[in-house]
Amino acid sequence: MRGTASDYSLVTPKSLCEALTLIQQGAHPLAGGTDLMVLFEAGSLQWKSLVNIAGLKELKGIRFQQDRVELGALTTYTQILEDKKVVSHFPMLAESARLTGAWAIQNRGTLGGNIANASPAADSPPSLLAYDAEITLTSATGDRTIPYVDFHQGYKKTAIREGEIIRSITLPFPRRHSHTYFRKVGTRNAQAISKVVVAGLAHIIGGRLDQFRWAVGSLAPFPKRCRHVEKILWGNRVAKDLIQTACDNLKNDIAPIDDIRSTSTYRMIVARNCLKDFLEQLL
Amino acid sequence: MKPTFKLKINGKAFAVQAHPLERLLDVLREQCGLSGTKEGCGEGECGACSVLLNGELVNSCLVPIAQAAGAAVLTVEGLASKSLSALQKSFLEHGGAQCGICTPGMLIAASALLKTSRRPNEKKVREALAGNLCRCTGYQNIVESVVGAHKESR
Ligand SMILES: Cc1cc2nc3c(=O)[nH]c(=O)nc-3n(C[C@H](O)[C@H](O)[C@H](O)COP(=O)(O)OP(=O)(O)OC[C@H]3O[C@@H](n4cnc5c(N)ncnc54)[C@H](O)[C@@H]3O)c2cc1C
Ligand code: FES
Ligand code: FES
Repeated sequence: MRGTASDYSLVTPKSLCEALTLIQQGAHPLAGGTDLMVLFEAGSLQWKSLVNIAGLKELKGIRFQQDRVELGALTTYTQILEDKKVVSHFPMLAESARLTGAWAIQNRGTLGGNIANASPAADSPPSLLAYDAEITLTSATGDRTIPYVDFHQGYKKTAIREGEIIRSITLPFPRRHSHTYFRKVGTRNAQAISKVVVAGLAHIIGGRLDQFRWAVGSLAPFPKRCRHVEKILWGNRVAKDLIQTACDNLKNDIAPIDDIRSTSTYRMIVARNCLKDFLEQLL
Repeated sequence: MKPTFKLKINGKAFAVQAHPLERLLDVLREQCGLSGTKEGCGEGECGACSVLLNGELVNSCLVPIAQAAGAAVLTVEGLASKSLSALQKSFLEHGGAQCGICTPGMLIAASALLKTSRRPNEKKVREALAGNLCRCTGYQNIVESVVGAHKESR
């Protein structure tokens, strides 16, 4: 049953500074609400003290620098899709956004919320991992920036410390002529939670892979890079037998489960087929 | 005491007293007498509660009233005027409504689309309405209603 509003408090702070003080005191951030309000409806929203961070301008905006782009934590999927430069430099992120929910969710849902919510099935993390993003966390005592690959540490376990929130996500431009691959497999094209989601980035020089990242969602307790597979491919020439070896090793990186959305067997097959598909495009 | 939130709904100024976490959906239906906006799922899946918030399509079941403070809201009631709009006429002509529960949300989602794309094709319409579920029509008539809406406006 739905939660009762009066059991909760929701404060709208005037500044980031005020928000961070409240968060330091134990309050929990509310951004677009597309995850939290669902919990509220289900009666399972455990955080009683909430801070409405949605209006904070310090957490908004898309800023390009020479070799990177910084996306404020409050950047919505719609804002990603409306930014032509983001779409052209980061097609996998754009695909994640385009395939997240439907329009109404894309208008409200934020990148920071998607990352912090840390669902193993979330659609943006694989793209962010494949682009080797960095994440900046902020608290009343200052900012710190860490590689995004170190952010997800276990099921719903992240590197966010008490008193911290996500300020921004920074993506370096991929090298010229990088190949990318993004695939979301769900029950229907829109508004479906992923059964499998994958993102890959490869760069070839002199016929050899000198960069290869393969990131997955819904295939492990948290979004992750497939290090075994990457290691096998890195530095090598893509060929039929190497593809076979890489695909055979995928099982060392992922541990898909049976749940209401799909089965472990199906997920394993789809994950393998996606990897094979990408690598065959590189032949 | 509950705080007061000011917002403009269908062009009219409202001041409502509500807990900040109360859903925009409930404020519209229970305090503003605007029961055109429906509740289907209450969790963002069905689109029956669709409204435009500062011109953007949102699910009002997922918006706490504190996040609508000072905003302009358009509900299905705001689409009506003395005469039927082109979109409404097209829904009538194509049989776009059966039981009608999804219809307010469909009309709002369609008007969000028609604001940016005056003559959307079927693919575009299906994409724009992807977050709106209908258990009656099988969608075809709804899609045809929206695709056909521009013809009515001539
Ligand atoms: C119908 C529907 C369909 C959906 N479809 C998809 C989908 O296809 N793919 C997908 O990946 N997700 C999907 N989602 C989930 C959700 O929309 C996304 O995860 C969204 O990005 C969450 O962002 P938000 O701003 O709405 O988060 P909120 O609900 O506001 O917050 C989510 C969590 O993140 C925390 N948080 C938010 N911002 C910050 C911050 N800056 N720093 C620290 N913590 C923060 C909150 O405290 C909370 O724990 C769907 C949800 C619904 C209701
Ligand atoms: S009632 Fe809001 S989306 Fe279903
Ligand atoms: S007409 Fe009945 S749900 Fe759409």
